[in-house]
Amino acid sequence: MTIFQATKTVLKSLFSRPATLMYPAKPAKKTALTRGHVKIDPDKCITCKMCQRKCPSQAIEVDNKERTWQIDQMRCVVCAICVDTCPTKCLTMDTQYRPAMTARGGVEKFTVAGPKKKEPAAAPADGAKPKE
Amino acid sequence: MSKQITIPFGPQHPVLPDPIHLDLVLEDETVVDAIPTIGYVHRGLEKLVEKREYTEYVFIAERICGICSFIHSQAYVQGVEQIMGLEIPERAQYLRTIWGEYSRLHSHLLWLGLFADSMGFESVFMNSWRLREHILDDLEATTGGRVIQGVCKVGGVKKDIAPEKLDEMLKGLKTLEHELAELTDVFLFDSSMKHRLKGVGKLAKEDAYYLGAVGPTARGSGIDIDMRSTGYAAFGKINFKPVVEHDGDCYARCAVRAKEMFTSIDIIEQCIKKIPDGPVDMKVTGAPDGEYFSRAEQPRGEVIHYIKGNGKKNLVRHRVRTPTFTNIPPLVTLLKGVELADVPVVVLTIDPCIGCAER
Amino acid sequence: MMEPQVIAPISVGEVVQKAQQAKKDGCRLVLISCTKIGDDFEIIYTYEKDLKMTNFRITVKQDTEIPSISSVYFGSFVYENEIHDLYGLPVKGINIDFKGTFYKTAVKHPFSVTITKEKKEGDA
Repeated sequence: MTIFQATKTVLKSLFSRPATLMYPAKPAKKTALTRGHVKIDPDKCITCKMCQRKCPSQAIEVDNKERTWQIDQMRCVVCAICVDTCPTKCLTMDTQYRPAMTARGGVEKFTVAGPKKKEPAAAPADGAKPKE
Repeated sequence: MSKQITIPFGPQHPVLPDPIHLDLVLEDETVVDAIPTIGYVHRGLEKLVEKREYTEYVFIAERICGICSFIHSQAYVQGVEQIMGLEIPERAQYLRTIWGEYSRLHSHLLWLGLFADSMGFESVFMNSWRLREHILDDLEATTGGRVIQGVCKVGGVKKDIAPEKLDEMLKGLKTLEHELAELTDVFLFDSSMKHRLKGVGKLAKEDAYYLGAVGPTARGSGIDIDMRSTGYAAFGKINFKPVVEHDGDCYARCAVRAKEMFTSIDIIEQCIKKIPDGPVDMKVTGAPDGEYFSRAEQPRGEVIHYIKGNGKKNLVRHRVRTPTFTNIPPLVTLLKGVELADVPVVVLTIDPCIGCAER
Repeated sequence: MMEPQVIAPISVGEVVQKAQQAKKDGCRLVLISCTKIGDDFEIIYTYEKDLKMTNFRITVKQDTEIPSISSVYFGSFVYENEIHDLYGLPVKGINIDFKGTFYKTAVKHPFSVTITKEKKEGDA
């Protein structure tokens, strides 16, 4: 009988909650391994440029004279190779996806501690400051 | 003889998210010739191999396609490993097989939804995408990515799956199998589906073979081409039989995909039962020097990664022949003689992925 | 480990003959692939039967005319048009000849040239 083949599925869907999530009103599903976006702990960065060299989409730019670490979040493909290669483990993968953007931008610049470990950094985190 | 007219089909067409353009030459309502044009999304990813180190290129290889992403990276690293003569740990081989079959499941469910939607069967569309969500959840929980897994690397895999998680996945697949059986039964034994698909777009066995059809397109015509039979990754230790249908029409190609999902579940089950303990990756030094044709079976068919290295960090050439690319000539042959109204259905039965085809 | 792969070198004139031979043996055409090595171009024809691959390699210069095997294998037109469009090698007698419009790229024959992008101010 082919007419009532889907009845079980139909009844089940009728009496269960929707299979969809009201994203972004409700947060997206995430797991412990989810690659959301890259975060940096500016105090630990030694500007070794490993992340910049390994990045397949050239999203990261490190300046060891200015002591800045900059990521273009729109270029980043969230492959996590920078997190894997970082020798000081200052980069981490946040499990939360970044919200959608409505304007151009996405460049985040941080002032980092730099190679010398004498003093903590002048300004720990400059926050998400758009690039000039 | 009646007058011939030419109707353009695509690159923007409601049933096809992919940009392929077909010039259909019609005689009354029947297609007498079709000329395909691609090239709308050519990105030249192969050229990028000269700019990136071979270890980082895995990420780019994976992003050739958004659906069969895992198998692209698998085929690429397999090629590099073959050139370098690496024997990667067995557990990594099994994990690659499991993830590969998961992506096959997710691709086939995606196709099933889109295909049903193209003929107005929207409840199958919604239900297959609901089931696909379970697959994606498992992929995300084990690799960190829903469609771009990013776990393959030269010398193994990056993540391991804990034994408890493997058991959980197995249980999940068991429930999925029941729901899937219900769904595919609805799809395959529906009388209007049969009316629409049986006898439409016939591809003879001989034609399919010499035109270079691969994957479900070939297997629907009775050709037993399945790269998994070559025993790459852990397929050599797994018992499985490629699904082959002999009619060569649209219905046969759909049936191959629908039945393949159960084969995939079976393969994953066997892998989970047989998976050995041990490390999942190994240290890799040096660079590949040599050339190799690495072959793997994608949801859409056989993919070939030709890799040539010269002992430097950057490869000389990476050439990808994706299944859709070689399925274009069979598609052209298939379209001859079908009604104009059947063209979208026939095109979708080869499961075109043009983004893949053009790289 | 899989079986080693051998690529037999042949001359440009033998291409069609080898294709006919392959078809007679019941092989299918798997792939035609082009590689640029220095100033030369290597084209590899791959045929397969029962999962066993047969490879033939020709080495040509930029202006050498390559015979098309589309009279033997209808499906070869995709590969030959691709080689023509990406590398700029002339291919003679393709059954469906797109004449350079198979891939519409901004740079003509992108794979035969090396373009170094100038680093602009503020370019990542």
